[in-house]
Amino acid sequence: MADTSFPLLTATAVLPALGAVATAAVPAARRDAAKWLALVVSLGTLALAAWIALAFDPGGARYQLTESRSWIADFGVRYELGVDGIGVAMIGLTALLIPFIIAAGWHDADPLEDASPNRRWRPTQGFFALILMVEAMVIISFAATDVFLFYIFFEAMLIPMYFLIGGFGDRAHSAGEAEGAKQRSYAAVKFLLYNLVGGLVMLAAVIGLYVVTADQLGQGTFSMQQIAEARAAGELTMATNIERLLFLGFFLAFAIKAPLWPLHTWLPNAMGESTAPVAVLITAVVDKVGTFAMLRFCLGLFPEASAWATPAVIALALVSIIYGALLAIGQRDIKRLVAYASISHFGFIVLGIFAMTSQGQGGATLYMVFHGLSTAALMLVAGFLISRRGSRLISDYGGVQKVAPVLAGTFLVGGLATLSLPGLAPFISEFLVLVGTFSRYPAAGIVATVGIVLAAVYVLLLYQRTMTGPVDKPEIERLPDLRPRELAVVAPLIALLIFLGLFPKPLTDIVNPAVEHTLSDVRKTDPEPALPEVEAAK
Amino acid sequence: MSADPSIQAASGVHTLWTHAAEAPSIEFLQLSPALIVLGAAVVAVLVEAFAPRSARYALQVGLSALALAGALAAVIGLAAGGWATEKAAVIGIGSLALDGPALFLQGVILAVGLVSVGTFAERRLEPVAHGARVDSFAAQPAAVPGGPGEREAIKAGWTTTEIFPLLLFAVGGMLLFPAANDLLTLFIALEVFSLPLYLLCALSRRRRLLSQEAAVKYFLLGAFSSAFLIFGIALLYGYAGTVSYAGIAAVVDGSVENPSPALAAAMGNDALLLVGAALVLMGLLFKVGAVPFHMWTPDVYQGAPTPVTGFMAAATKVAAFGALLRLLYVVLPGLSWDWRPVLWGVAILSMVVGAIVAITQTDVKRLLAYSSIAHAGFILAGVVAVNPQGISSVLFYLLAYSFVTLGAFAVVTLVRDAGGEATHLSKWAGLGRRSPLVAAVFAIFLLAFAGIPLTSGFVGKFAVFKAAAEGGAGVLVVVGVLSSAVAAFFYLRVIVLMFFSEPAAEGPTVAIPSVLTKATIGIAVAATLLLGVLPQYFLDLATQAGVFVR
Repeated sequence: MADTSFPLLTATAVLPALGAVATAAVPAARRDAAKWLALVVSLGTLALAAWIALAFDPGGARYQLTESRSWIADFGVRYELGVDGIGVAMIGLTALLIPFIIAAGWHDADPLEDASPNRRWRPTQGFFALILMVEAMVIISFAATDVFLFYIFFEAMLIPMYFLIGGFGDRAHSAGEAEGAKQRSYAAVKFLLYNLVGGLVMLAAVIGLYVVTADQLGQGTFSMQQIAEARAAGELTMATNIERLLFLGFFLAFAIKAPLWPLHTWLPNAMGESTAPVAVLITAVVDKVGTFAMLRFCLGLFPEASAWATPAVIALALVSIIYGALLAIGQRDIKRLVAYASISHFGFIVLGIFAMTSQGQGGATLYMVFHGLSTAALMLVAGFLISRRGSRLISDYGGVQKVAPVLAGTFLVGGLATLSLPGLAPFISEFLVLVGTFSRYPAAGIVATVGIVLAAVYVLLLYQRTMTGPVDKPEIERLPDLRPRELAVVAPLIALLIFLGLFPKPLTDIVNPAVEHTLSDVRKTDPEPALPEVEAAK
Repeated sequence: MSADPSIQAASGVHTLWTHAAEAPSIEFLQLSPALIVLGAAVVAVLVEAFAPRSARYALQVGLSALALAGALAAVIGLAAGGWATEKAAVIGIGSLALDGPALFLQGVILAVGLVSVGTFAERRLEPVAHGARVDSFAAQPAAVPGGPGEREAIKAGWTTTEIFPLLLFAVGGMLLFPAANDLLTLFIALEVFSLPLYLLCALSRRRRLLSQEAAVKYFLLGAFSSAFLIFGIALLYGYAGTVSYAGIAAVVDGSVENPSPALAAAMGNDALLLVGAALVLMGLLFKVGAVPFHMWTPDVYQGAPTPVTGFMAAATKVAAFGALLRLLYVVLPGLSWDWRPVLWGVAILSMVVGAIVAITQTDVKRLLAYSSIAHAGFILAGVVAVNPQGISSVLFYLLAYSFVTLGAFAVVTLVRDAGGEATHLSKWAGLGRRSPLVAAVFAIFLLAFAGIPLTSGFVGKFAVFKAAAEGGAGVLVVVGVLSSAVAAFFYLRVIVLMFFSEPAAEGPTVAIPSVLTKATIGIAVAATLLLGVLPQYFLDLATQAGVFVR
C-alpha cells in the first residue's frame, strides 16, 4: 500500500507550511514582500490542489494518492494520507479560497504607525504566516485517513486560528479601541475553549477507539482502511454502548466545530470580532473540517451509532437552520448576521449528511463547497464595506448603491447566493439536501424548507437597509467604490458561483462516487420512492 | 552478589551485618553514575574549602558539568551494555536495582541536572553589583537579610558557589531514589536529595525573606513526610521482617517458604501492612506534590530561586515518581486492589484541584506550581494503569515534562524589573510585543503543558491516558481530559496576556542572558518539539526500559 510516487498530498500541505515559515521570517521593513510571498505560495498550493483534482480518478479506488508511513508505532499511529472525492472537493475549496483571503486581507494587518517597541514585532508577517499555517493544517486534516493524524491537526489548527482572531481585528471598533481589544480577546478565548473542550472529549474517544481496536485486533490502530477491512471481515465488532459513547465523543467535537445548535455560540463572537478575511477562513474553511469529519469519521467509524443518533442530529440540524436564520434576521451587526446565516447553513449541511441518502450527502458536500464560495463573496464585500465606513452596524449604512454601485452589486450577488437563488451554485446543493432529506424524512424536509424563506428575509433585509434608500449620512456620500484589488477578489468568486450554478457536473462527478462509498459504510441505500410526487420532484 | 537478600530476609537483619567478616562485592562499574556524582560532590566541597574565592566559580561549574556529563555517559553506557534489559540486576548488596526504569530515570535526572548547571551558573541576568557579575543566589546566605553583613558581602562581590556541591548531592540522592531496592536505601536517598534542596530554596539573592520562609516551610513539611515515611518503613519491617523490596513483595504474596516462627506470626497482620504501605505512599506522594500532600508546592516554588525551582520541579518529580512506581509495581503489586482506589482518588483530586486552583493564581511561579500539581495527577493516571504501558508512559511523560518545566522556569528568570524577576502576571502583559521571541518560546512551553498536539506534552498525555484506558481506568481518562480543558484555560490566559494585552507602561524588561540560559531554553524547546513530532524513538526507549527487576 506504500506508494513510491510523488507524495502529492504531503506536498500540498508542506508548501503552505514552509511558506508560513518563510513569510514569518521576512524582515519587518519588507512587509509587502511578505504579502506577495504569501500570495504566491497560496497560488502554488492552488496549483497543487488542481493537480490533485486532475490526478484523481472518480471511478477509481475509494482513497487515492495514498501515502502511508510509520509514525508513532507505539500508538499504532501511521502517517496515512489519501483522498476520496469529498476530500478532493474540500482541499480544492481550501486552496481556492486562501489566495482570495490573502488578497482581501492585504492591508488588514498593516501596523498603524511604525512606532513598534521592538523591531522583531512583525504583525503583518505574522498575519499571513498564520493564514498559511492554517491552510497547511486544514489540508492535512482533509487528507488524513488515520484518525490520530487527523486529530493532531484538527486540534493544532486551533492555535494559529486563535492568534488570528485575537491578534487582528477591524481597524475601527464601534465600541472604541480598548473595548474592541477586550471583545476580541474574549472572542478568541471563547473560540479556543469551545473547540478545545470538544477536542479533548474527542481525545478520550480516540483513546477509546485505540483500546477497542487493540482489544480485538491485537494491535491498536487508527487507520480508517484497516478498521474498515477488519470490520468487513468481522474481526472488529464494537459493543453497542461503547460505539455510541465513542460516536458521541467524536460528534461533540465536530458539532462544536461545525457549529451545530446549541454549541454554536462561539461563532458569532469569533466572526464578529475578527477581520472579514479571517471570518471567511473560520466559516468557509476551518468549520468545514467539522462537517467533513462527520461524513468521514462519524459515519465511517461508527455506522450503527450514527444511525442510532440520526433522529437527534436531524432535530438539532433543524433547530440550527431555523434558529440561525431567525437570529440572523434580528442582527444589527453585519458580520454577526453572516455568522448566524452560516449557522443556519451548517444546519443544512448536517441535515444532508444525516439524511443518509445519496442526494442528501452529495448535496451536503456540494453545500460545503458552495457555502464556502458564497459566504466568502458576501463576507469579503461586507468587509470592504466595513473597512470604508469603520462600522459593523447595519444602521450606519443606507443608500450605498447610489455611491458605490459595483460594491452594492457584488454584495447583492453574494447575498443572493447565500439565499440560494436558482442559477447560482448554492441553489443546487440546497435543493439536493432538501430532496435527499424529503425522500427519507418528509417532515424534516418541510421544516428545513422554512429556512429558505427565512434566508430570503435576512438577506434582502440586509441589502435593503444597507444599500437602498436615501443617502442621508455624510460618511456614505464619500464612500469609494471597489478598488481594483477588491474587484479582483470578488469577481472570480462571483464568476465561480454562476459557473458552478449552471454547470456543477465536474464537481458532482468527483463527489458522487465518494458519497456512495460513505453510504455503503453506514449500509444505507436510498429509499424507494414511495410517492409519485417525490419522484417528480427529483 | 553473594546471596539473594530475600532469603536472608527471614533472619530480619541485613546481609551486610550478618556477613560482615566477608568483604561484600560492590559492582563499582554498575554503580558508577551515582559514584561519579557523589564523588564530584565531595570534591566540590573540598574546592569550597581550599580553592581561592576567585577560582571557585569556574572550578565548580566545570566540575559539576563534567561530573554530570560523565555520569550521563555512564548511564548511557550501561544502558547500551544491556543493563537496562537483559542484564538488569539487583546490585549494591541488594540495596539498589539496575534496570530499565532506573537507568531511564537516572538519565533524565542527569540531563536535567546538567542543564540546570547552566541556569545555576547564569551571571548575566542580575545587574552588575560593584563591578562583579553575580548569579541569582544570595551573596552570603548566613548574613541577615538587609543587614550590614549582607551589604558587605554584596560589596565584596561574593557569590555562593556552594550551590554546585549542593546540586551535585541532590542529583546524587535523586539517582539513588528511583533505583532504591530496599526501604532504608529509599529513605536515605530521600534525605540525601531533600536536605540540599531545603538549603538551595533559602538562597535567593532577591526577596530573601520569602525564600527563607519557603525553605522553612519545605523543610518542616518535608520533615513531616520523612517521619511518615520512616514510620511506614518501620511498620512494613514489622510486617515482613525485612526492608528489601523483593522480600516484602514475597511476604505480601504469601510466597515465602519456611518462614521463621516470628515472621509467620506477623505475616497475618494486615493492619501493619496497610498502615505501613499507606504511610510510605504518603511520604512519596508528598515529594510528588499530589493532592492532598501538595500544600508546600506553591510557596516553595514561588520563594525558591527560580533556577532551583526549575531544577526541583523537574528532577524531584522524576525521582519521586520513579520511586513510587518501583514501590507500587515491585513491592506492592499484591496489594493493588487496596492502593488502586486510593491512588485513583489522589489522581482525580490532583488533576481537578491543581487545574481549578491554578485559574485564580496571579503569580507565574505559583501558576506553574499548581500546574505541576495537575500534572502529578496526570502522571498518577498512568501509574494506576498497572500494566507495562503504564510504566513506559510514565517514563515518557516524566522525560517530556521535565524539559518543558526546565524551559519554562528558565524563561521566568529572564523577565525582570527593578525588583528582580517580575513574576506577577500583570507584569507579563504585552510581553509578546516587547520581546516576541521570548513570549513565543514561553507560549510553546505553555502549549506543551496544556497538551496541545505537536508538542511533547500531548504525546505524554496521550500515552498516560491510553495506558489508563487500557488498564480499565476510563473514568480517570474522562476526568483527565476535562481537567485538561480547565488547565488549558489558564495556560491560554497567560498567552492572551502576553500577546493580546497592551504592554504596561512600566513593564519589565527581558534580560539578555548568557549562552548558558540560552542553551537551556534552546534544549528545552528542541526537546519539546522533537518529542512532540517524532516521539517514536523515545517511546521505544521507554517501552524497552519499562520492566522492573525484581
